[in-house]
Amino acid sequence: MAQPAHTLPAHPEKATLEGKNKYLGFWFFLGGETVLFASLFGTYLALRGSTADAPGPADLFHLELVFIMTMLLLTSSLTSVFAVISMKKGSFKGMIMWMWLTVALGLGFLGFEIYEFYEYNHLGLGYTSSAFASSFYSLVGTHGAHVTFGIGWIITLLIRYRKAGITLTNASKFYTAVLYWHFIDVVWVFIFTVVYLLGVGA
Amino acid sequence: MSNSSAAQKSVVWDWLTTVDHKKIGIMYFLAGLFFFTIAGIEAMLIRIQLMFPEMAFLGEQTYNEVLTMHGTTMLFLAAMPMFFGFMNFVTPLQIGARDVAFPFVNSLGFWLFLFGGLLLHVSYFTGGAPDAGWTAYAPLSTTSEGQGVDYYILGLQVSGAGTLMSGINFLVTIVNMRAPGMSMMRMPLFTWTTFVTSMLILFAFPALTVGLLLLMLDRTFGGAFFDIGLGGNVVIYQHLFWIFGHPEVYILILPAFGIFSEVISTFAKKRLFGYSAMVFATMIIGFLGFMVWAHHMFTVGMGPVANAIFAVATMAIAVPTGIKIFNWLLTLWGGRIKFTTANLFALAFIPSFVLGGVTGVQLAMSAADYQFHDTYFVVAHFHYVIIGGSVFGIFAATFYWWPKMFGYRLGEGLGKIFFWLFLIGFHLTFFIQHFLGLVGMPRRVASYLDGQGFNEMNLISSLGAFMMAVAFIFLVVNVIVSRKNTTNVTDPWDGRTLEWATTTPVQEFNFAQTPLIRDLDALWYEKMNGNGKIKAAEPLDEIHMPNGSILPIIMSSGLVVASFGVIYEMYLLIALGLLINFGCMFVRSIKEDHGYHIPVSEIKKQGGES
Amino acid sequence: MSHVDPSARLEGKASRDTERSLKRETKAQIASFVFMIFMTSTAFLTVASDAIPTGFAIPFILLLASVQVIMQLYYFMHLNSKGNAWANVMMWSGLFVAAMTVASLMLLIGVTKY
Repeated sequence: MAQPAHTLPAHPEKATLEGKNKYLGFWFFLGGETVLFASLFGTYLALRGSTADAPGPADLFHLELVFIMTMLLLTSSLTSVFAVISMKKGSFKGMIMWMWLTVALGLGFLGFEIYEFYEYNHLGLGYTSSAFASSFYSLVGTHGAHVTFGIGWIITLLIRYRKAGITLTNASKFYTAVLYWHFIDVVWVFIFTVVYLLGVGA
Repeated sequence: MSNSSAAQKSVVWDWLTTVDHKKIGIMYFLAGLFFFTIAGIEAMLIRIQLMFPEMAFLGEQTYNEVLTMHGTTMLFLAAMPMFFGFMNFVTPLQIGARDVAFPFVNSLGFWLFLFGGLLLHVSYFTGGAPDAGWTAYAPLSTTSEGQGVDYYILGLQVSGAGTLMSGINFLVTIVNMRAPGMSMMRMPLFTWTTFVTSMLILFAFPALTVGLLLLMLDRTFGGAFFDIGLGGNVVIYQHLFWIFGHPEVYILILPAFGIFSEVISTFAKKRLFGYSAMVFATMIIGFLGFMVWAHHMFTVGMGPVANAIFAVATMAIAVPTGIKIFNWLLTLWGGRIKFTTANLFALAFIPSFVLGGVTGVQLAMSAADYQFHDTYFVVAHFHYVIIGGSVFGIFAATFYWWPKMFGYRLGEGLGKIFFWLFLIGFHLTFFIQHFLGLVGMPRRVASYLDGQGFNEMNLISSLGAFMMAVAFIFLVVNVIVSRKNTTNVTDPWDGRTLEWATTTPVQEFNFAQTPLIRDLDALWYEKMNGNGKIKAAEPLDEIHMPNGSILPIIMSSGLVVASFGVIYEMYLLIALGLLINFGCMFVRSIKEDHGYHIPVSEIKKQGGES
Repeated sequence: MSHVDPSARLEGKASRDTERSLKRETKAQIASFVFMIFMTSTAFLTVASDAIPTGFAIPFILLLASVQVIMQLYYFMHLNSKGNAWANVMMWSGLFVAAMTVASLMLLIGVTKY
């Protein structure tokens, strides 16, 4: 009995009921997160013209910086895809390696974002400067908080399971963390389009 | 690796750490009842203050606080948790599951709700409760003095997080954990309404989270969202609040619809008429619930086209609701109706709720709404749907499921006295308020002048409220004196659905063997076409159970600590609270806990063989 | 009676069928990544270049963003694979509510009357 049960299934993340529940529950959570971010996007779009006397989007945003950040996050999305493929292949080492790479790219993104906020603050856009400032920092900051949480989560998993091999328990944990990471990228696609590109272009 | 059995625990520790959906359900229900009592006392204070013109019973500030707390507590901390109690207890039983999908998260959701609710009530002792109404519209809320509104924001944020978790939990439970043969279209209607309600929670609560977040950022961290001088816009808050708020009122009514469907078909001894129409009506109500929020904002000045669209969408809701009303009536038609207390509440619900529905359509006409807005007409309307719908549903469910939950039957004699007093008191209180509104009494005022024609109607309304309070005392007495009715508690109503196939008290594993479902009304089918016992879908085997955990309480207290940090702007406290919270998440993440197994011998000993 | 130990190391390699489909998937994922990079760069260039009128640029970059998000959801996050019906239901319901929220906050905040 025990022998066949421990061979690698095609979908190790969904091989147990716990895994299936976690997978589905996480998708539902992401459905709710969509509304959370939509509320922040809506608030930003309502207030983006309300710059009061503080600098506005066109005075602040640099497309080069945002482009680099976008590329970092997009690539990290791909590396996390590779991590899942490694997991399904049964290559634990591959999975760990791709996940660390994802974390590294995420940290790079976060570094740029912190630099960016520091820079804007320096240019006179404090959190309390205008309604635009509050809504911008809240929207992008909430995304940044998600990135931070995602990095913390993945690092926790990587350290906890550094020698465990792929198991039925940690497969679904890694998989949901990867789903979360993709979702962060999905939100960023709208942020770079709606906040930065429309901020500079319109 | 999992242990073979759970360690022995003391009773208190067992309840504090439990992840059993039945115990959590009971705790939800009792905590809800506790807050219901508090909010009921607040309602009495309001009615005493308004009994006579220019009363000085409560001061104006106190009146505002009591009014705010009454609304907030009733909706978030009384009605919803009591429904959650029934959902938690009954839904897994109705679909033949051993537990919910995420037992740990279930417990976390409960403790977050409870701690959030308690946090909100701490405000009474720290210099003033919130005073900006249950809607906390900006800029009234952003400019409110003291910490009251901060307590409102954080209390609801914490308990809202718990609600969201519970919603996801129910959804996954219903999708993934139905017993063999229990297809979606064989689920009892209460399970269906739990499902749709949970969907509403999933998509509505994030909007509230953001609305409260913006309030918090403005009040505590100097944000400018609602600061007109810096380009803010207060209408944003109204939108966010009602994008949440309108689905919220459907979160409160849909479970009641499910309860009435169960109660009416059980006591009419008939299969529910138009089951599939009922399911689709529930889904349509859920869908339309997200399309109509701006009817709370007709007088904001969105413009005539916007008002017209939301008016039409709102009126459309009358159609699926009407379908439901007719289906209940046709279920009763030709049935052998038993007038138990539970059924009396269900029967009284139909005309009461129709009254509330009709005034709802009246309010939906945006032009007419300019007259009704912010008058007692609105107060009468929403009390008719919330008491005549949700509260009647809660009481029907209380009498219906009490034997299964607590192991004794509530007395029918006392129950009927309670019912009639409550019903008459309710109509006496609120029917007259329609006319109070029409003659021009504004809502949310602490007092009124003599000679405006409000006196008699307010007095009648207050007398009705006293009657409801007396009725509630009869319920409390009933709960205490009926404890000896411990006979006939397994299936007292000759039930139709799976929860009545379990033992009373329900074993911790619910079903010794996963049941096989052969039709809608699974138990009734077996009573008619089988031997009255549910067939098993699997051989008797060890049962896997999750371990309890104390972490949910610690996590919830961590968030309460952080909330105090925000309320009093003590950043160290925020950091400490978040550290506790994330620390618990970290521990939970790295500590694999695979639960334990109940051996076959133990299951047999508990009388589980069939 | 033996139970599956959920913390035991899973041994062995993926089956040959899985192996083959994973290889195909890898290729598809790289292709979609390249396409996403292309779309992102196009969006940035559209805005950066002065030659393209704003009236065209705004709907165009919004379209690019939508396509890219759909690709993320369906390829990277595997919403297209079997057994994901419920995940699709909840994601699209969320997107529906999200769209309503954004639209109302853009249009109906009392600044312009409709």
